[in-house]
Amino acid sequence: MKRHDFRALNLRTLWQGLIRGDGGTGDRIVPPTGFTAHLTLFSAAAMAFLAVFALALALATGRLADRWSSELAQSVTVRVSAPDGDQDAYTQAVLQIVQATPGAGTPQKLPNDQVAQLLAPWFGPDMPVDALPVPDLIEVPIISKDFDPEGLRLRLEAEASGAVLDDHTQWRRPLVTAANRLRAFGIISLILIAAASASMITLAAKAALAANGQVIRVLRLIGARDITIATAFVRRFTHRAALGAGAGTLAGMLCVALLPDMQAAGGFLTGLGFQGWGWLMPLLIPVIAAAVGFLATKWAALRMLGSVR
Amino acid sequence: MIEMQDVSFGYHVGSELLTGMTLSLQPGMFHFLTGPSGSGKTTLLRLCYADLLPSSGQLKVFDQDVTELGRDEIAMLRRRVGVVHQDTQFLDHLPVAENVALPLSVAGQGVDIDAMRDLLGWVQLAAQARSYPPSLSGGERQRAALARAVILSPDVVLADEPTGNLDWEMSMRLMQLLIELNKSGKTVLVATHDLNLIRATKAQVSARVLRIAGGTLHLAGADL
Repeated sequence: MKRHDFRALNLRTLWQGLIRGDGGTGDRIVPPTGFTAHLTLFSAAAMAFLAVFALALALATGRLADRWSSELAQSVTVRVSAPDGDQDAYTQAVLQIVQATPGAGTPQKLPNDQVAQLLAPWFGPDMPVDALPVPDLIEVPIISKDFDPEGLRLRLEAEASGAVLDDHTQWRRPLVTAANRLRAFGIISLILIAAASASMITLAAKAALAANGQVIRVLRLIGARDITIATAFVRRFTHRAALGAGAGTLAGMLCVALLPDMQAAGGFLTGLGFQGWGWLMPLLIPVIAAAVGFLATKWAALRMLGSVR
Repeated sequence: MIEMQDVSFGYHVGSELLTGMTLSLQPGMFHFLTGPSGSGKTTLLRLCYADLLPSSGQLKVFDQDVTELGRDEIAMLRRRVGVVHQDTQFLDHLPVAENVALPLSVAGQGVDIDAMRDLLGWVQLAAQARSYPPSLSGGERQRAALARAVILSPDVVLADEPTGNLDWEMSMRLMQLLIELNKSGKTVLVATHDLNLIRATKAQVSARVLRIAGGTLHLAGADL
């Protein structure tokens, strides 16, 4: 395979494959073969359909990670435990420390009824909070990036030994990690889908080239260069890949659109959709599929033509 | 145009089909290549358009040593050599007119509709322009192959047993076309084992007859 031949099959060829596929005699020199045509169309459509869902998953988990991350990062909680009789004084001392902390908003001690609600799952609804040595909980809103949780933690340790800062990291980290991993799985799936598509299109192109050995021989005998023959195959397969992927993408987008609305149901799975401009992203799939088909066929055709005299 | 100097060729190592071939096809000349079946006529023609490469000796086509040419250069060389193949190879999914115009397509040249109509008229295939190759008769296929061979106005026309499957009348009609090409300045080399055809053609055009026998090339004369 010559390097300049590989370069000669350029974006113009890709564009022509996208918009017309079968043009003049130059493109029709490849006979229409049902098997490879259907294989390419079907595999491109199936892969595009899967790609829509992988993309939806990647985008949804990305949004989820951002949301969990931002929502949990908007406040911290200080738990104040003190010896009997000193609870109020300790809590007041902690409130003063927090108020003087840069980036922290106005702290608010959680009323006993809210604390009771939080403990209800463990102790039941009738638990007398006042009668138990339950620590006070202070919610601290974070109002600017100046807030330094580590600095506050150290100061509380030094000045109010019964106070413990909880910045929700232990909750937030696994959730955000899980969401980020799901997003990574979605992206990996997209890459695998592209690779599988390339493999299938390469196989189909090779089958078409092998089936058209006589055509290739005739073309060579009348003075066709390898690049000319390859171009005819590349345009054909680029067009088929784009067409199949277009159909698969539309079907996938329709299925995603029919998923229950996230606001209505409120669960994680119902958030697996596209939002706003995100709906435009799947439209890139047919273009990428065409590019994959273009590169796969180009490689297969030039390699195969170069290997036989 | 085509120069062979002591060229040998064999399909298998150690078994030479052609040996010591020395040949010079001069511009504007008409040549016949004759010899018994299996003597290597087709092989010699395939060497002439670089479909095969000599195992030894020197073969120059248009002053280029074919053994030193790359794939693209061989493709360009073939555009200057029109070939009528023994088995008239066409693309069966394209109509006759598009098959005939195929060399223009692969050379990136546009098709002049009037010129195409004239060409198909010249080979008497105007009515079959939209027919598909499988529906053509043997004579029609040979004439379509000739039209395809000359559409790029090559310097040399090679014909491999072009009348092999044709009756006498059709054979002479085809030879007439080749004679016309030769008179227009093209170099023509026709491989055939039909001595009557050679005699009939020599009555109309000055032709040199080459004979392959025993793997070597001879200038035939009185034996015809």
